[in-house]
Amino acid sequence: MAAPCVSCGAAASYRLFLAGRVSFAREQGLWKAAAAGLQTGTRCQILRLKHSPAVTTKKNVAALRRESYTVDFIKKQIEEFNIGKRHLANMMGEDPETFTQEDIDRAITYLFPSGLFEKRARPIMKHPEEIFPKQRAIQWGEDGRPFHFLFYTGKQSYYSLMHEAYGKVLHVEERQDQLRAKGLFSEKPKTKDPIGSRWLIKEELEEMLVEKLSDQDYAQFIRLLERLSALPCDAAEEEFVGRFRRTVTVQSKKHLIEPLQYDEQGMAFSTGRGKRKTANAEAVVHGHGSGKIEINGVDYLLYFPVTQDREQLMFPFHFLDRLGKHDVTCTVSGGGRSSQAGAIRLAVARALCSFITEDEVEWMRQEQTEA
Amino acid sequence: IMLKGMTRLVSRVHKAKHGEQHVGQHYNISIQELKTVFPHGLPPRFVMQVKTFNEACLMVRKPALELLHYLKNTNFAHPAVRYVLYGEKGTGKTLSLCHIIHFCAKQDWLILHIPDAHLWVKNCRDLLQSTYNKQRFDQPLEASVWLKNFKTANERFLSQIKVQDKYVWNKRESTEKGSPLAEVVEQGIMRVRNATDAVGIVLKELKRQSSLGIFRLLVAVDGVNALWGRTTLKREDKSLIAPEELALIYNLRKMVKNDWQGGAIVLTVSQTGSLFKPRKAYLPQELLGKEGFDTLDPFIPILVSNYNPKEFEACIQYYLENSWLQHEKAHTEEGKKELLFLSNRNPGLLERLCAYL
Repeated sequence: MAAPCVSCGAAASYRLFLAGRVSFAREQGLWKAAAAGLQTGTRCQILRLKHSPAVTTKKNVAALRRESYTVDFIKKQIEEFNIGKRHLANMMGEDPETFTQEDIDRAITYLFPSGLFEKRARPIMKHPEEIFPKQRAIQWGEDGRPFHFLFYTGKQSYYSLMHEAYGKVLHVEERQDQLRAKGLFSEKPKTKDPIGSRWLIKEELEEMLVEKLSDQDYAQFIRLLERLSALPCDAAEEEFVGRFRRTVTVQSKKHLIEPLQYDEQGMAFSTGRGKRKTANAEAVVHGHGSGKIEINGVDYLLYFPVTQDREQLMFPFHFLDRLGKHDVTCTVSGGGRSSQAGAIRLAVARALCSFITEDEVEWMRQEQTEA
Repeated sequence: IMLKGMTRLVSRVHKAKHGEQHVGQHYNISIQELKTVFPHGLPPRFVMQVKTFNEACLMVRKPALELLHYLKNTNFAHPAVRYVLYGEKGTGKTLSLCHIIHFCAKQDWLILHIPDAHLWVKNCRDLLQSTYNKQRFDQPLEASVWLKNFKTANERFLSQIKVQDKYVWNKRESTEKGSPLAEVVEQGIMRVRNATDAVGIVLKELKRQSSLGIFRLLVAVDGVNALWGRTTLKREDKSLIAPEELALIYNLRKMVKNDWQGGAIVLTVSQTGSLFKPRKAYLPQELLGKEGFDTLDPFIPILVSNYNPKEFEACIQYYLENSWLQHEKAHTEEGKKELLFLSNRNPGLLERLCAYL
């Protein structure tokens, strides 16, 4: 398999771009991936073919800013990527048909182990859509007349999106009025998932629209979307709004919450571990206590004469309003005074998780990351 | 619930009537009394608090009440009983001692109060060779300061008690037998060189005469573990001095031996001023060392612990009434819980915490 390897080697080396370099080319180009309604129109688009090789010399750095990729170029890249994927699957001994992106990543990290700390600087092999930034095709025809009716606003896709959203709002309100006139209107409170998803951030929106936005534009857009989502919508509008939300991974789900354990007298208790810098702590929290805390057999007042450390210990209880209700016995080792306090605090918080509901756990985690 | 409103009634009650039901309440001492009874001996933070609030309020607590109960029932024919107040740092030993001293002063006892014995074993500027005994050392400054305070505290007794020996100070001055103790004290204050000897004489005379029953003697020493610990004082040739080579300490040791009648000895052991002792030590045995423990044995130990919930509440109420806690959350339940947690009901810590609020 020497010959195919060589060819795929060439293809693979061609594919393996340093992603950081590519991010320079973000300016107006000649080709846009999701050009809404621009597939019609004249095809004679004047192309400036500046095809960048894998290695750039210093002279070309200035030219990198005006780099542009043609449609054909991107198509070729996609073909080459697919071929390279099949070759890679062959090399790794896997089935080329069912070779997913994760398999590709694993294969690349195996074949090209890199000791670089910056993850984005390591070799990657991804679909060209993800590597090459989206660019816009020329927006006007041969006679100089622009395709989109909002071209002269400067931010045509943004304004068209705003128009669309507002149109939907009006539509929903009209429907509501109709229902009310008919008397079939029913007040349905909107229940949205408070924690699972978030709005797009400004960078993501810019990337989606391939346009520069200002902060006020972004804020306006989000307000409009929130207004739309506050009204009772049906499936189409939900889907429209859903395009602009991203799910937030609920991190606390990864953290297994142990159920309460019961000891001889029937009192509930739970254990938790915590680490901070080099200090390790393990805490046993008993329910129905009186607020005593004992560390390595010594009362916490003697162990932490500094008020700051004791405030750290107080924080989990204070947050859940359970200041005098639990007894804690814990052991701690390593680190210094302040890191031991932090480690105990983490262990206590984890142990307390068993005593409270899941929502509160998530709320606690979010508040802690914010605070 | 304003507890303090009720305590104002208690303050007019004579302290002899303090009983079990008064635990947790504050009582007042007027500022004039403060000057006479406590020229020295109050902890400095408490003095600052007195100055701020313009009144002195002590809390009635169980250890002090227990001690008062014993004192009321002492049989003065027996040798003096020793009581040792011990406890962790900041729990209120010194203030309990002051409570007891005030009580005894009201009852017309003679108070022999050494505010902090640790002051006599460290940071001493000048050490003179003792005139009385060549091997011992004198501390003129500390002795004269103490004599002045002793005089302020016990004015009325000094003229009543008569000296039973003749003491020659130097070629020109001497005190005759039968002259009042006030003369000895005056001599010590004026002639600083003889101050230590004056102190020694006072102690000896008081011990001898209290057995006669003219007056009752209360010996109150704070930080008595200094008497048997190490010192940081050095001779000119940089060799360490043992405590018994200091005249003041030597005489004081004789004082706390229970070979006299007609009074009581109340002592506290404290780690705060002590030298070369670990921070967590608070038991008498650890702090006194073997020698001290043997000398003081037998004694009645009294543990002073942190506030119990009622006392804690009372303390917070007191601060609130004097508008000491200015934080808006201080009035609420959660604020109190926070304070509880942070100070773990330790009086000293609570006081320091509230100072910021």
